[in-house]
Amino acid sequence: MDPTLTRIAEAEIEAEEAGARPASPWRNRKLVAGAVIVGVILVSTFIGGLVWDTTLARAATSPLNLPPFWVDGGSMDHPLGTENSGRDMLALIVVGSPTTLRVGLIVALISMLVGVVLGFLAGYLGGAVDAVIRILSDTAMTIPTLAIMIVIAAYIPEMNATTMALIIAVFAWAGPTRMIRAQVLSMREQGYVRMARLSAVSDTEIMFREMLPNLLPYLAASFIGGMSGGILAAVGLEALGLGPQRVPTLGMIVSQAIEGSAILRGMWWWWGFPAIILMVIFIGLFLIAIGLDEIANPRLRGART
Amino acid sequence: MRGLTWGYVARRLGMYVFTLWLSATIMFFIPRLSGDPVEGMVARITMQSGHVAGGEELIAAWRERFGLDDPLFVQYLTYLRNMLTFDFGYSLANFPTEVNSLIGRAVPWTLGLLTVATVLSFVLGTVIGALLAWRRTPRLLRVLMPLSLTFTAIPFYILGILLIYLFVFTLRLFPVSGGYRSGLTPDAFDPAFVNSVIQHGTLPALSIVVASMGVWALGMRGMMITVEGEDYLTLANAKGLRPGRILFQYQIRNAMLPQVTALVLGLGGLVGGTVLVEYLFGYPGTGALLYQAITNADFTLIQGIVFILILTTVTAVLIIDLVYPLLDPRITYERR
Repeated sequence: MDPTLTRIAEAEIEAEEAGARPASPWRNRKLVAGAVIVGVILVSTFIGGLVWDTTLARAATSPLNLPPFWVDGGSMDHPLGTENSGRDMLALIVVGSPTTLRVGLIVALISMLVGVVLGFLAGYLGGAVDAVIRILSDTAMTIPTLAIMIVIAAYIPEMNATTMALIIAVFAWAGPTRMIRAQVLSMREQGYVRMARLSAVSDTEIMFREMLPNLLPYLAASFIGGMSGGILAAVGLEALGLGPQRVPTLGMIVSQAIEGSAILRGMWWWWGFPAIILMVIFIGLFLIAIGLDEIANPRLRGART
Repeated sequence: MRGLTWGYVARRLGMYVFTLWLSATIMFFIPRLSGDPVEGMVARITMQSGHVAGGEELIAAWRERFGLDDPLFVQYLTYLRNMLTFDFGYSLANFPTEVNSLIGRAVPWTLGLLTVATVLSFVLGTVIGALLAWRRTPRLLRVLMPLSLTFTAIPFYILGILLIYLFVFTLRLFPVSGGYRSGLTPDAFDPAFVNSVIQHGTLPALSIVVASMGVWALGMRGMMITVEGEDYLTLANAKGLRPGRILFQYQIRNAMLPQVTALVLGLGGLVGGTVLVEYLFGYPGTGALLYQAITNADFTLIQGIVFILILTTVTAVLIIDLVYPLLDPRITYERR
């Protein structure tokens, strides 16, 4: 066969692939799978809140230490069993899952906002601003943030979910800031940005009108990363007993189960259900993040796994 | 030395001192933001244990001990001097014991667990990542390995719970908690003791390794694929170099460098995760001590442990940073 023909065919295939890419972020299977997983959790806890009596999440509203209904001794009154202070597991999970997701959402929102502002300032303005922001974010990234959060949380007499989210967010901005700074640095010298600068478009307009839209896939990936990082940090604080005391979160339920030595007492339903939902949330967010990453950085799709 | 310039070393040392100073300063001001730190402490202790005998005298004694009647600036300088000399004072909960001796007993356990687990997960993860991206990897491995990466998304702590349930509660293969069998005296040359330490350390280490190696594998895979597109690799292939040589000398060596950076950035998270795993397994390291300190509202102990954790992490980062230019001579040239 004529070698030029294969070359044309190759070029056509490449063009097709390139043309198909922007139209189909939902073709990425990992992204879809992750979104479905997180969506199912959201919808089912929402329906659960409508169907199930959430006041059962308060202490002493149910018999103690009941197993789930399919185990001997369990009953359909408490389908997922109860724990050692008389709280119904299903009600705990229905109340706890949205609280946990809300913590992640607050952390992700704040850290992204700070990250966008600082990242753009550092990357676009450069100079002394860049140096200061870089040193601060480097510092924030090397310190084990859980340690500092513990010091802060230990001085707060009564924690609630929002306060906890805010404390976590104080240390979560460094990652997004660095990522956005790096992207802005590489975009700054590209043709369309120079063109805009030559046409006397203002700096803010260049940053937010011209450059920001190009960052969207990165921002989305890092938003999801911020969410799972926030939930992870929350689980850490909760494990050490520094979580919110009034409203249950998934991490708080697990931590109370560990304190009540549920594992060795064989009460697997106490720690098992919240731990499984936490894992499912983490895996769902992880899949979304990988999917978005592959969309933002097509080279990663090179080798199929 | 090759690649290591004085300017680079000075910058890194500067960052090191700055990071330590900043975290120490944050820890100084946090308690003072919410008013009088001693009253805050007593309020929290009172909330937890109902009442404190002689609260007024306690407050006065602590004010004296912390020099809280001095001006803020003097307090701050005293505090910095104490941190520099590792003088954390007495533990509030176990009064005559000094914070130092409590921490001193715990730190070797944490360092040991952390080092073994980090090295294992870094090496395993990097190898898996490299194999995932390599074209000649057998199909079977390619199918199996991504499965192992699913664990990446799970926190150390949750994975640890699953391991305890599986290996301790169900299979009864490993001891429940602690760092060695009770009754043995710690002695690094006693085989029974070493054996017991390994037995007690396996599950904590396993939960860290399994949960964290996926991060290194994913990063490595991404870098391997990026490197694969480089011209020098095409040239090496065209020259007909042996595949093994291309893999190790050309592809892996270049792909490794960002991995080291990732290690620097990930260390803080690893330390945090290790603390939780230690607490979960009742390991005699700083994690369990920290949990005790939190439940007892033992603020001097909390402060001491947290400072030591930060110091350890930052020092490890400094060491990696100083070795880095030896691995990649470009790093010291490309700045500005």
